[in-house]
Amino acid sequence: MTEKPATAQEMAQVETIIGRILQVGVIFSAIVMAIGLVMFLATGHSGYPGTTMPLSMGAILLGTWQLKPFAIMMLGVYCLILTPVLRVVVSIYAFYKEKDHLYVAITTTVLIILIIALVIGVYGK
Amino acid sequence: MGQTALIMLGVGVFAGIAGAILGIGGGMIITPILTLGMGLNIKYAIGASIIAVIATSSGSTIAYLRDNVLNLRVAMFLEIATTIGAIVGALLTGVLDPKYLYLLFGCLLVFSSWNMYRKLRRGQEVLHRVEPDKIATKLKLNGSYYDKAEMKDVDYQVENVPAGFSVMFGAGVASGLLGIGSGAFKVMAMDTFMKMPLKPSSSTSNLMMGVTAAASATVYFFNGSILPTIAVPMALGILVGAVLGSRIMQILPSRWIRIVFIPVLLYIGGQMVFKGLGVHF
Repeated sequence: MTEKPATAQEMAQVETIIGRILQVGVIFSAIVMAIGLVMFLATGHSGYPGTTMPLSMGAILLGTWQLKPFAIMMLGVYCLILTPVLRVVVSIYAFYKEKDHLYVAITTTVLIILIIALVIGVYGK
Repeated sequence: MGQTALIMLGVGVFAGIAGAILGIGGGMIITPILTLGMGLNIKYAIGASIIAVIATSSGSTIAYLRDNVLNLRVAMFLEIATTIGAIVGALLTGVLDPKYLYLLFGCLLVFSSWNMYRKLRRGQEVLHRVEPDKIATKLKLNGSYYDKAEMKDVDYQVENVPAGFSVMFGAGVASGLLGIGSGAFKVMAMDTFMKMPLKPSSSTSNLMMGVTAAASATVYFFNGSILPTIAVPMALGILVGAVLGSRIMQILPSRWIRIVFIPVLLYIGGQMVFKGLGVHF
């Protein structure tokens, strides 16, 4: 356990970077969601007919550009979903910077499995 | 419309606090409120619940990372097991009768609550062995955390890595197959099997849940299960609640968290056993 202080310091650094990324992701998506929600409550309509909502990335981005409340809300939710994935990506970089090759490998494995899961999820249905 | 948003905001704050403290995600709290309380279709409840899990995870992890409570290496290592499990679970849908899984996991949870009760009775939160676990040492899994209730750094050792890894795999299968947030299993794997203290177990579980949920959330997102009018105010409430909850958890004595956790585990476990036996309420 002689290397413990170095490891602890190294971990603190990795954790700071990941924490910062998470914070930015969470605050950004919260702001986008809040803007959409306030617009929806203020105007009283979603920007889309009936109970429909934008479900493709193209429709969401176009709707956001046109300032449609539902599109902005969905964009915020999507950013929130991506935050944990972004966290894994940043972890790989952080472990790489700390020269912890074992954990670069472990975290990369997690990312690959995650991507496989996403592909199966999208095309498997 | 404004009223629904306010209710969802409130539900979110509550679910965020509870989820962050116990490390179990908001799904267990949110799904019954949405389906039983507000008569929402189960499809939308699942969509909302998966967003709840991600919001709880990201919101609470910020505080846990900064305050050095969670164990990042344990999280990364075990995420291999949960994500593979989740894929296997998704592929097994339709092949395996979920009945047996409900029974198996229900029994596991009841067993785990018994174990937690024993830990509570013994009053010993941290285990120290003369001989550190070889795999845990090799993977640098042993850690320490600062306990704000006891106001000191607590070193702990991790044990039974293969057993914990297997339970995590099972937790992944369960979440892929049954569509449940498996936070309770994650905490169980770390606390009961790997002998980690409850606070790092719970906060590490929170971190891991976000990643597991994100994999399936995209599917729900594009198939229209996520209603913005429900999910957005709820997610905003949860983010606030999770930040609060992660602060509260650290100043609570582990003993108290266990006292809350044991009935929650028994409740989820019992519910699953009944579901497996085909008893409906």
